[in-house]
Amino acid sequence: MSIVKSENLFFEYEYMDESAEEVKKTHALIGVDIDIKQGEFVAIVGHNGSGKSTFAKHINAILRPTKGKIFVDGMDTADEKKLWNIRQEAGMVFQNPDNQIIGYSIEEDVAFALENIGVESKEMHKRVEDALIAVNMLDLREKSPNNLSGGQKQRVAIAGVLAMKPKCIVLDEPTAMLDPGGRAEVIRTVLELNKKEHVSIILITHYMEEAVDADRIIVMDDGKVAMSGTPKEVFSKTEELINLGLELPPVTKLAYELKKEGLDLEDGIITYDELVKGLKGLKR
Amino acid sequence: MLRDMTLGQYYPTKSKVHKTDPRVKLLATLLFVVGLFLVNSFLSYIFSIAIIGITIGMSKVPFSYMIKGMKFILVLLIISAVFNIIFTNGEHMYFEYGIIKISAEGLKWAVFIVIRLMLIVLGCSIVTYTTTPNDLTAGLEKGLSWMRKIKVPVHEIAMMMSIALRFIPILVEEADKIMKAQSARGADFDSGNIIAKAKNMIPVIVPLFISAFRRASELATAMESRCYRGGEGRTKFKPLVYKLSDKLSYAFLALYFVIIIDLDLMARNIEALNFMMAK
Repeated sequence: MSIVKSENLFFEYEYMDESAEEVKKTHALIGVDIDIKQGEFVAIVGHNGSGKSTFAKHINAILRPTKGKIFVDGMDTADEKKLWNIRQEAGMVFQNPDNQIIGYSIEEDVAFALENIGVESKEMHKRVEDALIAVNMLDLREKSPNNLSGGQKQRVAIAGVLAMKPKCIVLDEPTAMLDPGGRAEVIRTVLELNKKEHVSIILITHYMEEAVDADRIIVMDDGKVAMSGTPKEVFSKTEELINLGLELPPVTKLAYELKKEGLDLEDGIITYDELVKGLKGLKR
Repeated sequence: MLRDMTLGQYYPTKSKVHKTDPRVKLLATLLFVVGLFLVNSFLSYIFSIAIIGITIGMSKVPFSYMIKGMKFILVLLIISAVFNIIFTNGEHMYFEYGIIKISAEGLKWAVFIVIRLMLIVLGCSIVTYTTTPNDLTAGLEKGLSWMRKIKVPVHEIAMMMSIALRFIPILVEEADKIMKAQSARGADFDSGNIIAKAKNMIPVIVPLFISAFRRASELATAMESRCYRGGEGRTKFKPLVYKLSDKLSYAFLALYFVIIIDLDLMARNIEALNFMMAK
């Protein structure tokens, strides 16, 4: 069962050129076919302007395709009547934690979406509690979001989406504004949700090392899908990734450089343990 | 400077006043202020002071904290006192020079005005000290929901207010950051007269506005993606329900209003009696 399925998806932005005289068009997505299964953890990577965020915004029906179709849990996003159902099924977490928190206290913020979809107060309290437990923030429930760290704020945002009980969560560069500690915190939370609650995760990121734990990596470039496969498969094509302007995870990069120097290592090393194993294998 | 302003900021503690329904507190403030404007007698001022004193005591907000907040209206108090003292005509003149007149009535008026202003500010600040901004807007929204019938977008106004309040600390922090960034580039915020100072603020205000608009747009997208579509069919995480204590508070409020009007009537009767006796 696929949760997100795009068929030959096109999207173009219109903008004024610098002299503000003529309207120019730029293609952000050019015939994108992506099929994401229920329960899958997919990382979409690409450099700036590759169209990855534009694709993410299509899943939540914030943007609508210029041409082609995108289905979320079988619902066509072009269908106005299904808009709120789609947004309930596919929750979205944005880049800047400050600009997506509405509540004065953490629990009120988590409840915001539930208030909007009209959940009864009693049920709401239970769902808010469950969502806060899932992101491990229950003890701070009555605190103000202003005093939290970036990583904690993003976890609150994830809880806010999770409370809607969506089938899939789209995270649009959730770690871009965080420090390394906060980044690890958010990725760990997301992984846990995927494993424990079986929520499909679509993680948009430009940090390759965050994609390592995904079931599948989709690399986008200039509005098209450039590569797709398991992390192992994708990271094996090191040269191609470098040509696409992507920064390799440090371990992979080290393995790649060592191999170039003549060490006999396998392709697509993505974890520290794999590298250690590979290096030990060399001695014998 | 914005950070140590205590006037109108929530003071978190647990008290009976904190737990009272925001609608009760809002109506109480309204009636208290109206009461202060209706009355003029010495006795009713004493009564009002007593009431506010009891409320402050019950709210467990330290009195020194409240006084700190009053600092900001000190100038206003002094100006109104001075104007009342020197520009009031009266029978018992102490001093007269051109338009400046100091009379017994003027002095009495000045004292009353200062007390009245202080009581108004105290009364209003008790509400904001004991009510979270969210409760306050929720109270306004529910308490004024009847205005929807005359096409006032109550929910939208309440939502805007609560978002504005939520973003104050974020924008203060941002203004601080921009000021530092501009200082590092050689901007000068401290020297010059008041006009030069105001002009120097432009490099802070422009980026602040741009960023505020960007934030607004991002927030709107985030709200929509979390299914926000106006007040229709919306439920509340913490619905406002009157408790027994809230109903009792309403009764006390009615009692207060009756007493203050009675006190005033009584004072007027006594005055009239004195006047007749004098004749």
